[in-house]
Amino acid sequence: MNDRGRTLDVTEACSIYPTASRLRALVGLAKRTAMSATVALLCALPQLALAQTQQGPTAPSSLAPSSLPVPSSMPYNLQDPVTPVAREMYALHNYIMWICVAIFIGVFGVMGWALYKHRRSVGHQAAHFHENTVVEVVWTVIPFLILLFMAWPATKTVLQMKDTSNPDLTIKITGYQWKWNYDYLHDGFSFYSTLTTPLAQRENREPKGPNYLLEVDNPMVVPQNAKVRLLITANDVIHSWWIPAFGVKQDAIPGFVRDSWFKAEKVGVYRGQCAELCGKEHGFMPIVVEVKSPEDYKSWAAQQKQKNATAGEDVNKQWDPGQLATMGEKVYMSNCAACHQANGQGVPGAFPALAGDKVVNGPPADQIHTVLNGRPGTAMPSWKQLSDTDIAAVIDYTRSAWGNKGEPVQPKDIKAARGS
Amino acid sequence: MSSIPHDHAAPHDAAHEHAHHPTGIMRWITTTNHKDIGTLYLWFSFTMFLVGGVMALTIRAELFQPGMQIVEPEFFNSLTTMHGLIMIFGAIMPAAVGFANWNIPMMIGAPDMAFARMNNWSFWLLPPAAFLLVLTFFMPGGAPGSGWTMYAPLSVQQGMGMDLTIFAIHIMGASSIMGSINIITTILNLRAPGMTLMKLPLFCWTWLITAYLLIAVMPVLAGSVTMLLTDRHFGTTFFNAAGGGDPVLFQHIFWFFGHPEVYILILPAFGIISQIIPTFSRKPLFGYASMVYAVAAIAILSFIVWAHHMFTTGLPTAGLLFYMYATMLIAVPTGVKVFNWVATMWKGSISFETPFLFALGFLFLFTLGGFTGLVLAIMPVDIHLQDTYYVVAHFHYVMVAGSLFAFFGGTYYWIPKYTGTMYNERLGKWHFWLSFITFNITFFPMHFVGLAGMPRRIPDYAQQFADWNAIESIGAFGFGLSQLIFLYAVLKCIRHDGEKAPAKPWDGAQTLEWTLPSPAPYHTFETPPEVK
Repeated sequence: MNDRGRTLDVTEACSIYPTASRLRALVGLAKRTAMSATVALLCALPQLALAQTQQGPTAPSSLAPSSLPVPSSMPYNLQDPVTPVAREMYALHNYIMWICVAIFIGVFGVMGWALYKHRRSVGHQAAHFHENTVVEVVWTVIPFLILLFMAWPATKTVLQMKDTSNPDLTIKITGYQWKWNYDYLHDGFSFYSTLTTPLAQRENREPKGPNYLLEVDNPMVVPQNAKVRLLITANDVIHSWWIPAFGVKQDAIPGFVRDSWFKAEKVGVYRGQCAELCGKEHGFMPIVVEVKSPEDYKSWAAQQKQKNATAGEDVNKQWDPGQLATMGEKVYMSNCAACHQANGQGVPGAFPALAGDKVVNGPPADQIHTVLNGRPGTAMPSWKQLSDTDIAAVIDYTRSAWGNKGEPVQPKDIKAARGS
Repeated sequence: MSSIPHDHAAPHDAAHEHAHHPTGIMRWITTTNHKDIGTLYLWFSFTMFLVGGVMALTIRAELFQPGMQIVEPEFFNSLTTMHGLIMIFGAIMPAAVGFANWNIPMMIGAPDMAFARMNNWSFWLLPPAAFLLVLTFFMPGGAPGSGWTMYAPLSVQQGMGMDLTIFAIHIMGASSIMGSINIITTILNLRAPGMTLMKLPLFCWTWLITAYLLIAVMPVLAGSVTMLLTDRHFGTTFFNAAGGGDPVLFQHIFWFFGHPEVYILILPAFGIISQIIPTFSRKPLFGYASMVYAVAAIAILSFIVWAHHMFTTGLPTAGLLFYMYATMLIAVPTGVKVFNWVATMWKGSISFETPFLFALGFLFLFTLGGFTGLVLAIMPVDIHLQDTYYVVAHFHYVMVAGSLFAFFGGTYYWIPKYTGTMYNERLGKWHFWLSFITFNITFFPMHFVGLAGMPRRIPDYAQQFADWNAIESIGAFGFGLSQLIFLYAVLKCIRHDGEKAPAKPWDGAQTLEWTLPSPAPYHTFETPPEVK
């Protein structure tokens, strides 16, 4: 018993206020109003949020329509699996989750019962027991056995996930800040895959498309039902290649190659995102994989091989600078605008303005060197992975946009500067 | 600040020269008194909680809708990084040490901590470290944007904010190590006669074990950030493959610290809950010995599970299986603790004052977080969930609804002892219910968006995540505002605006601090009590 003979009574604490009953009435009213307001707000919110986004018709796209159902506005579970491994992961998650829910209900049912029946306010007197070795052993051994039942199917799935042997197709994937490169090793072609959602949508100047932040220029393409082995690495920092529908997530580690595999069973377009913080555009380097029927894949692959052959383009071709600059605007918008901004003004203190910049307006060699090699110690990366034509085009664009008047360059100037 | 009365009734002999302690600001700067230092830690941690909270609210404001509205992506990355560092090292850890300082000497019948002067230094290292962390926002390049986990090579790329952060981490590590040495020595050497180790209150046991964990792993963190510093500036290539190093090495060293660290964050909270539940059930803690062994088992296991944070890096199969099994095993002693707490309540005589409400909230929500941890331990499922909002939900459930709720409960539980004034029960209940409800509105939907495929550490997201994110942001603002009720309730007690507290306001309380007057005199147990 305490000094006062009983525990603190709430109404006594309030009795020091002269208008206790009026206050209580006000508080009750406030509580009810607050609760109804909250409920109303919570109900209105989905509408408000949806109203901000355009749910209009899909913009015409060269990609096949998604074979996944239209994403719900309040998704609550893993995406539908389209590979055998993803199906196992989905089933495993369900199994584990329902066991946990059952245990949770059991334990808190018991606790709830105690809170209800063994209350002081209904006069329940406290018992004095405080240990029982048998019970301790039982509730140590039973959870251990439950864990064994979870570990067994999980082990089988781990072994399946790690078996990358005998693939039908091997693709090397490289993560860059902030795009992906897909290299079809045995077919001899490769390409970059960059986010195509316009900055205008990200900056709320245009309504957002349905695949906002999940669309790219060149998706990775694979044939249906082929075991695809992925060799994953990175160029700069750690990234992570992830497609939920495939059940594949593998960190891309610079200087190392890690492998993974999947076998997609359904034709369609599958989307994922980079899953390891990699800098400012981490949220803006999505992954899109298009699974085609084997015949469609064959013709796509043949097309790519041909494109690659002709893109061993004549680097000595003399381009019209205006034409290069027009091509260069596209290159600028997908690679440079994120930092240097669409208007060339940069971000003061972080990314220099290119408009009026003395390197951009000065002798070409400095700018070529910067674009090819980056500026170590700053956020400016090297862009040597772009083609000579693309680099010349983007340099020409910067040299003629926003009032700049720099001397234009040609692809062969870039080629000459490489390796120097 | 509270004025703790000096107990003139205690005998002073000539040999026990007692210099009058300074007043005003010098009192707080030079104090070697465990109660003063406990107060300093608790106020520091609450301030950092508010600073970290403002960062969280800025994050949630940006994430309220798709598109970039408020901040730039680099600043967003800085916010997520510093929110994590400040909450972990500035809010949760110092709060736990604050309770340790206030309670451990009183609970074991000791007059103060073993190394009273080092205790002062342990605290005063923290404000300069916190200052450095906040200063990074104003440096060229801004605060680090690498995530609190600072993975190389991204952290090697960061601006000079990263160097200041490394320095701050060294300072905070030193503070933790010294504090832990103090706590271990105090508990092992200054217990009153009759207080055997198996009569120690659970709060002291959990802190004893936590202190060993801290001494073991803080130097490892220091090692990892020093290697990062030398990679950044002194030409080493620990984490650079081109020089023969490996980025994943950083992850191994960091998480060898990082996993025990999360148990460092929760064990003191377990201790507080183990004090509160028996008090309000009016029944002794069920299975005292099992509870001690369970905490020890959790601590030992915590050293061998770190690579479950690295399941997607490409570990070999044997490694994946080992870490999966070891991680799942931790569920066993943790489950034992939950069952013992429920068994303590069973057939008790239960009342629902605010400390007990927070303990119930802890039990319910921490267990939920523990289950999502088990889901994450299953490696094939973790492939889906690693680096998504499911993980964010998991650790906020265990750290906020776990540690923070336990600290709130502990504050309401002990504030009558610290200040001599009862807190206002109505305010306490409002604080609890609003916190409980808004916490769940904020963090429960994160399980959904994580399962559905939303990565973490992104400032903008695809359309299908919009509705849940809007709800989470509303909840977050509600949760933040609710904490002002707590501040108000605490200030009222400090200003003695409330009912005078007796020595033992909780009739079910059994430990030694409740035999002292409320507020506890500045010096207590100068003569050790007899413990039967």
